[in-house]
Amino acid sequence: MKTPPIALDRAARYGLLAGALIACLPHGLHLPVSLNLLAALLLLAAFSQIHQDQAAPSRWLLLLLVGSCCALILFEFRTLFGRDAGVATLVLFMSLKLLEMRSARDGFVVITLGYFLLLTHYFYSQTLLTGLWLIGALWLLTACMIRLQSPRSTAITLLFRQAGRLGLQALPLMLLLYLLFPRVDGPLWGLPQDAHAGRTGLSDTLRMGHISQLVQSGDIAFRVRFDDPPPPRQQLYWRGPVLERFDGETWHPASGDDPPPRIEVLSPALRYESTLEAHGKRWLLALDAPGALPANSRLDGRMTVLAKDNLDQRQRWTFASHLDYRLNSIEMPHIRQRNQQLPPRGNPRSRALAVDWRQSEKSDQAFVDRVLRHFAEQPFYYTLQPPLLGADAIDDFLFDRRRGFCEHYAASFVFLMRAAGIPARIVGGYQGGELNPLDNYWVIRQSDAHAWSEVWLSDRGWVRVDPTAAVAPSRIEHGIVDALPTGEALPAIIQLRGDWARNLRHRWEALNNAWNQHVLGYDLAKQRRLLAQLGWPEADWRQLSALLAGLGGLVVLGLTLWALYQRPSGDPASRLWQQALRQLARRNVHLAPGETPNTFAHRVAQAHPDLAPRLNRVVDHYLQVRYGDLAQALPALRQAVAELARWSSR
Amino acid sequence: MTWRDTLQKKLFRWHDDGDGTISLGRRRIFILPSAAGLLYALTLLVMLLAAINYRLALGHALTFFLAALGVVGMIHTFRNLYGLRLKPLSAAPVFVGEMAEFTLRVSNPTPEARPDLNFALAEQPIRTIAVDGLSEQKIQLTLPARQRGWLTLPRVRLRSRYPLGLFTAWSDLHPRLRCLVYPQPLPQPLPAHASGADSSGGNQPQGQAEFAGFRPRQASDPLRHVAWKASARGGPTAPLLIAQYHDGEENCWQFDWQDCPPEADHEQRLSILTGWVLVAAAQGWTYRLQLPGQRIPDGQGEAQRLRCLQALALYPA
Repeated sequence: MKTPPIALDRAARYGLLAGALIACLPHGLHLPVSLNLLAALLLLAAFSQIHQDQAAPSRWLLLLLVGSCCALILFEFRTLFGRDAGVATLVLFMSLKLLEMRSARDGFVVITLGYFLLLTHYFYSQTLLTGLWLIGALWLLTACMIRLQSPRSTAITLLFRQAGRLGLQALPLMLLLYLLFPRVDGPLWGLPQDAHAGRTGLSDTLRMGHISQLVQSGDIAFRVRFDDPPPPRQQLYWRGPVLERFDGETWHPASGDDPPPRIEVLSPALRYESTLEAHGKRWLLALDAPGALPANSRLDGRMTVLAKDNLDQRQRWTFASHLDYRLNSIEMPHIRQRNQQLPPRGNPRSRALAVDWRQSEKSDQAFVDRVLRHFAEQPFYYTLQPPLLGADAIDDFLFDRRRGFCEHYAASFVFLMRAAGIPARIVGGYQGGELNPLDNYWVIRQSDAHAWSEVWLSDRGWVRVDPTAAVAPSRIEHGIVDALPTGEALPAIIQLRGDWARNLRHRWEALNNAWNQHVLGYDLAKQRRLLAQLGWPEADWRQLSALLAGLGGLVVLGLTLWALYQRPSGDPASRLWQQALRQLARRNVHLAPGETPNTFAHRVAQAHPDLAPRLNRVVDHYLQVRYGDLAQALPALRQAVAELARWSSR
Repeated sequence: MTWRDTLQKKLFRWHDDGDGTISLGRRRIFILPSAAGLLYALTLLVMLLAAINYRLALGHALTFFLAALGVVGMIHTFRNLYGLRLKPLSAAPVFVGEMAEFTLRVSNPTPEARPDLNFALAEQPIRTIAVDGLSEQKIQLTLPARQRGWLTLPRVRLRSRYPLGLFTAWSDLHPRLRCLVYPQPLPQPLPAHASGADSSGGNQPQGQAEFAGFRPRQASDPLRHVAWKASARGGPTAPLLIAQYHDGEENCWQFDWQDCPPEADHEQRLSILTGWVLVAAAQGWTYRLQLPGQRIPDGQGEAQRLRCLQALALYPA
């Protein structure tokens, strides 16, 4: 039995075009312009082809188009493989397929491709909005799929209703699969080079003028929920890379590792959970100083917490930190020496100043205070738009320009310390954060990126000194928006000062956080936790599969029973008919078994002539509904039954 | 019967459904993934691997949703056939070479509409109908009539892929319905000495037969019956005319097996006789049929025609 290919009619092809369009459209945001143009041209050609009812282009023309698409992708990406090139290939293939939609089979290929394209969007974004858009796209594609199997006359609303109904019925099973399908901690194989392209975050080098670019971004770097009462804002120093090597221009981390830090804890532990966005590096941005560490992480010699692998996806970590601490009060000579080193040449004025001041001060601490006082008292400005600095950047900054950002202050401070022979280093990370009162999460943005310094003082170990606090105390106490003069270029999202706007932003971010924590954050660990809560702490994938199969089977069975053995009570006509019979039963008139409505009416008319006209009306309309036009006769039947009810209850 | 048929017969419980109403219950409906369904499953597998590999939470959600949608689609495909009632109605007789048409009634006792009901019969093109909720519809299944005699309706496959096309649900039906196939009429001049009860009648102006008018010549009319003068009056393009005479009631044609040309074989003779019966019936003549071992007595009108044609259709080979 061979099924001849079913030709596609115009309406179905329009539907498929719309489905393909909605599946492809968001990719336009990141595809190269040339590919966008080509895809748009192809879609336009497909539209005009459908509109004018033209035949599909010849094989040769299609082959030529495929060839030029591949050539363009090769030109743009230098490869046909990998994440971005793969997505581009899919988008163009979809546009080409729209040009040769002949049969229902082609339509099915378009739909399947559309489903797959929906998945590829999540390489780039998995936000709440993407999720909502997904629902719309799925709905449209599924309606198209139903259209391929339905008579051509089927109304669009009916298709969408049917697709919605199927989707709703699929939800319980989907939920079960989502919760219980044995999760595998990916990746299963090596990801392409560009798998995690385009991540923003701290850099592990510092050059004057770098962090300020990061600060322009309102993106969220991580979120923190404190289990204990949160400390004041000015104590929130989230530690990233420590930069110890200076080559005259750029600060780098020291190569190799040092022995583990020796931390004397002076305050009780502060416990919190941190959800870090993927930043592609290993540091976990713990509060100084970290105590108990989560699994798969370690403390390096400079007290930075590092994960085992790069953070390529959003992850949750729990920490306990001690805000009052003493770090390496006895430090190894080679480390002290490393942190005193400066390039042999450059910035002579700063060096001279440091030597001069150190000689006039009694102690290292006094020298530190002197420098901080200098920053506070002299006309230094805190700005995101510092002027360009010359070859001796630190001299230029300290003596001439005096306008800069945290990195300028940290770098020049450390330079002065080293010039005076005091071990000092730069620490990169984030400072501060903002509490969202709706879900009690602290939000730390890229704009909270910060650089400060640490000096080593004998007996006290490494002490945090934040020269920015001396220049712009409000940066540390209230955040960057208050510290900057108005008119500085900052992302709009963090600039919202009005109460309602802030409230709205809090709401939106709390919603997104809930989405991240509960929907996107459902991973192997959360699955284990859920099963433990259900009283099954050690379920492995076999037991999980069995549970899933059992519960899934139940859901499918229930759905099947519901679908197959649905009582016709859903049918309004029979409901009304039953209602009429109940009314008659009150008058002791009963429908005999096997009696049709007509014979019943006939019998009743003889026994109760007073009842006859009303009952006849009901029977007439009922039969009309059953064998005639449902839409027209149903209101009449409803009215007739109501009349009968009024009469019999008299 | 090949091994495949034997297997299918066992597997799909093929049996004669008789001439009563067939109700499609659980045991009669079978369901398997369609080619599109396999492609869909393959796509889902690739999507799941991509979701795991790139650790995409929404990718998992999408894949699981589509998988669940496929399962729900399967249930709905099954339900699209479930509970349908089919009743064999009738099949009007046809001649060899024509299409036999079998009529079935499909009724839907549930309020849900049943779109995409495809009826496949042997090698014939598939007929697709949709039956609304609580209503019924007739479906005509056609089959070429190749041999005279009874043509029984072979097994019919009713299948549906509604709503998603991922699964094919089918049911093999074998309602008892047969169609009488008459021999293919073969044009041949009417027998020369066709005779009435007392050897008179027909087109020949014999005895007291009374002229009744002209009619256009048919292929089966011998040339010597043509009324040439009357025909010539109509011009060169007009059809040839045959003069008709009103015979008395006693006038009757006899179509005899023996009158066929001697070179005609068994089946050809039946075809020739069929042609004669058709001419006679079209003219409203009285005629009788004489076959070896079988005789249809004098008669006329529709009843006689059916009687004769049936005798010719069912005459032993």
